[in-house]
Amino acid sequence: MRVPILKQGRFVIASIQSALTDDDLLQLRDDLAAYVGKYRSKGVIVDVTVLDVMDSFATRTVRDLAQMVRLRGAQTVIVGIQPEVAFAMVQLGLELGDVATALDLEEALALLQNEAQ
Amino acid sequence: MRVIPIVSDTDIVEARMAARSLAKYIGFDGADLVMIATAVSEVARNIIQYAKSGEVVLSVVQGRARRGLEVVARDEGPGIADIPQAMIDGFSTSRGLGLGLPGSKRLMDEFMVESRIRQGTTVTMRKWLR
Repeated sequence: MRVPILKQGRFVIASIQSALTDDDLLQLRDDLAAYVGKYRSKGVIVDVTVLDVMDSFATRTVRDLAQMVRLRGAQTVIVGIQPEVAFAMVQLGLELGDVATALDLEEALALLQNEAQ
Repeated sequence: MRVIPIVSDTDIVEARMAARSLAKYIGFDGADLVMIATAVSEVARNIIQYAKSGEVVLSVVQGRARRGLEVVARDEGPGIADIPQAMIDGFSTSRGLGLGLPGSKRLMDEFMVESRIRQGTTVTMRKWLR
């Protein structure tokens, strides 16, 4: 299922609605890299609140996504990683590297607005 | 018992959802459900990545005083040449992060790998209700 992407001022917001397959995740990565150019966005927010699993593939794809967006001149913030998901990620040994995270959309927007100034 | 054939990436999602729902039925909750679903996702992806196809078998197991969930991920792929090496964090023969097997072991209570070159791999893992 394709993830809907909304434009919000200078930012784009991808709000994941359901469990994603590997192909869905790769599609999201490519869509976002393209959107950043199309809308001249300065920031990308990916809302993963509904995801009940962030496994090694999802984590690597999110890291790649953030790196691609950075190379396109914008910042990425991952929003809404659930506490149980965070726990499982740590057990699995997964890291998001230097990808920014925030608890909710409001915090993510504030973070990006600060960066953009 | 539930058998989920694994032939494409949508089956990985199917397997972890089935595992989550059986685990919930057994009585697991919260972090345990996420850990089980994540471990199943890792072993199911290994099947796609290395063997192209296989199956995940989920069942309820009865220990001496407690119930648990057993996950068997089986394929007839190339096999793992060096299992101790495959269990080291960060080791991967593909472009993966090399955390699938050692990570899944940390997420579950019991974890076994049997493998024969050119015959296949079977990963058996269990989690017990506390």
